[in-house]
Amino acid sequence: MTLPYETEIPTGTPEEVSAQAGRKIQGRSPWILAWLRLRRDRVAMISLGVIAIVVLAAIFAPVFASITGHPPNEQFRETGLTEDGLPKGPTGEFVLGTDDLGRDILVRIAYGARISLLAGVASTALTVIIGVIIGLAAGFLGGVVDTILARLIDIVLSVPFLLVAIALVSVTGPSLTIAILVIGFFSWASVARIVRGQVLSLREREFVEAARSLGASDRRIMFVDILPNVLAPVIVYTTLLIPVVIVVQATLSFLGLGLAPPTADWGGMISEAQAYYTTAWWFIVFPGAALLITTLAFNLFGDGVRDAFDPRTERLLVK
Amino acid sequence: MIRFLIRRTALGVLVLWLITVSVFALFFVAPNNVGRTLAGRQATPETIASIEQRLGLDQPLWKQYAHFLGNALKGNLGYDYYHQVPVTTIIGQALPITVSLSLGAAVLWLALGVFNGVLSATRPRSLADRALTFFALFFYSMPSFLLGLLLLYFLYFRLTLAGQRWFPAGGYLPLSDGVGPWAQHLVLPWLALALLLAATYTRLTRGSMLDVLGEDYIRTARSKGIPERRVIIRHGLRSALTPVVTQFGIDLGQLVGGVVVTETVFSLPGLGKTSIDAINQQDLPVIIGIVLFASAAVVVANILVDVAYALLDPRVRLH
Repeated sequence: MTLPYETEIPTGTPEEVSAQAGRKIQGRSPWILAWLRLRRDRVAMISLGVIAIVVLAAIFAPVFASITGHPPNEQFRETGLTEDGLPKGPTGEFVLGTDDLGRDILVRIAYGARISLLAGVASTALTVIIGVIIGLAAGFLGGVVDTILARLIDIVLSVPFLLVAIALVSVTGPSLTIAILVIGFFSWASVARIVRGQVLSLREREFVEAARSLGASDRRIMFVDILPNVLAPVIVYTTLLIPVVIVVQATLSFLGLGLAPPTADWGGMISEAQAYYTTAWWFIVFPGAALLITTLAFNLFGDGVRDAFDPRTERLLVK
Repeated sequence: MIRFLIRRTALGVLVLWLITVSVFALFFVAPNNVGRTLAGRQATPETIASIEQRLGLDQPLWKQYAHFLGNALKGNLGYDYYHQVPVTTIIGQALPITVSLSLGAAVLWLALGVFNGVLSATRPRSLADRALTFFALFFYSMPSFLLGLLLLYFLYFRLTLAGQRWFPAGGYLPLSDGVGPWAQHLVLPWLALALLLAATYTRLTRGSMLDVLGEDYIRTARSKGIPERRVIIRHGLRSALTPVVTQFGIDLGQLVGGVVVTETVFSLPGLGKTSIDAINQQDLPVIIGIVLFASAAVVVANILVDVAYALLDPRVRLH
C-alpha cells in the first residue's frame, strides 16, 4: 500500500491530470454541493416524493375520472347519496365517499390538486419575479430609486394583506387569476427586502468593479453578475413561500372568494363540508388531509433546501 | 430617536392615506349597485336615485373622497349604508372581541412557543427536539380554518356527544358577564390561533437560542460555575428573545386584520367577521373603516417594534 506522501503529486494542465487513472478532477459548484447535501436528507427526499405524487395526481386527474367513471362535477343523486339525500361514506364505488351533491370526493381531490399547485406555483413565481427585480433595482441603483422603492416596500408590508385581498376579490368576483394576481402583488415586498439587503453589500465587491471597468452596462451587471449571487436565499424563500401561498388560496376559497362553483378546489370543498362535519367525516377529512399533506411536504422540503444551502445550521446542530 | 419617530409617523400617515385612496378607487371602479340592493327588487329608478342622492353616491368620485377624508381627519369615518350606524361605533363594538381573542391567544402562543423552543435548543438532535420540531412544522403547515374546524369537531362536537359540554360551538360573551363564561367561549379560538403561531415561535426561539448558546459569553458563564438553568434563562434566553419580540410585535399588529378566518369559523363578531359581512354587502364605509384601522394597527406595531428593538439591544441605533 502506498502512503499519501509516497505518491507523486501530478502536475500539468487540468486536462492532463484528469487523464491519469484515479485522478479525476471534478469542479463542484455551490449548486452541486447543495444538491448533494439535500440528497442525503431523508426527510426532504420523502417530502419531494410526496410532492411528486401530488403533481402526478394533478396531471392525471382525468385518469381518476375515467377509471371511476365519475366526472368531477357530475352529481350522482341516485347512487352517490343515501336515501335521505345525505353524503355516502367510502364504498367500493366511491373510494373516498361522496359530497353533499353526490359527487366523487376522490376525483374532486385530484382535480383540486391542479388548482392548489397552479395557484402555489404561479403566485410564487409572480412574487419572486417582482420581488427580485425591485430588490435588484433598489439595491443596485441606489439614490432616489432606492429611497422610493424602499418606501414602497415598507408600505406594501404594512397593508393588512388578507383584508385587502378579500376586499379586492369581492369586487372583481371570484376567479383563480385574480387570486393569483392579488397574492403576487401583495407578497413581493419581503422578497424585495431580502434581495435588496444582499445587493447592497454585493455591489461594493471587486467583481462588480471589474465588470464595470470592462464597460458592462448597469443592466448586464445587475442580471449577469449580481443576480446569480442572490439566487440561493431567493430559492430557499421560494420553496418556503409555495405552501404559504397554497394556504392563502385555500383560505380565499374557504371564505367563498376563490373560485366559482362547481370547480373542485380544496378550500372550497372544506367550506362545503363545514355543514356536514358532524354527519359525514369523510367529506371534510379527505380534502383537509390532502391540503395538509401537501403543505407539510412543501415545508419539510423547504426546510431541507435551506439546510442544504446553509451548512452552518448543520454545524450548529452537531455542536 | 425623536427624528426617527417623526419620520416613521409621517411614513405611517402616508401609508394610511394611500390605502384610503386605493380602497376608495377600487370600489368605485368596479360596478357598484348599493342603491339597487338597498331599494329592493321592485324599486323604480327614482327610488334608487333618491337613495343614491341620500348616500352621496351621485356626487363625482373626487367629491365623495374629499368628503370622506375631511370627516376622517375629524375622527368620523362615516355611517354604514344599511343602518346609518357610525363606523366608529361599529369598530368600537367589534374591537373588544378581536382584542380578547388576540391577547388571550398571544399569551398562549408566546408561552408555548418560547418554552418549546428553549426545550428544543437545549437538547439539539434529541428525540424531544425532533418531535417538537415536527409538531411545530405540522401546525405551521395547517391552514387556520382547518385547525379551527378540527378543534370544533373534537373538542365541541365529540365531547358534547360524550356528554361533556365543556366548550360552546362559537359566539362571544363580554367580559362583564364574568371571566368564566368569557374564557369558556374563547378557549377554542385561542387554541386555534395559538397553535398555529406557536409553531413559528418554536422555530424562531430554537434557532436564535442555538445561535446564542454558541457564543463565548455563555461559555464564560458556564466556566464560572453558574448553574445550567440560570445560564440558559438569565444569560441565553435574554438575548435570544430579541428576534422573538420583533416577530411578536409584527404578528400582533397583523392580527387585527388577520383573525378573519378564526372569527368566521367560531362566529365571533369581531373586526374580521364584521369586515367579511361588510364586504359581502358592499358596505363601503365599514370596509374602508376597518381596513384603515387594521393598517393603522400594523403601522403602530412596526414603530413600537423598532423602538423596543433599540431598547433591548443597545447596539441598535435608530436613524
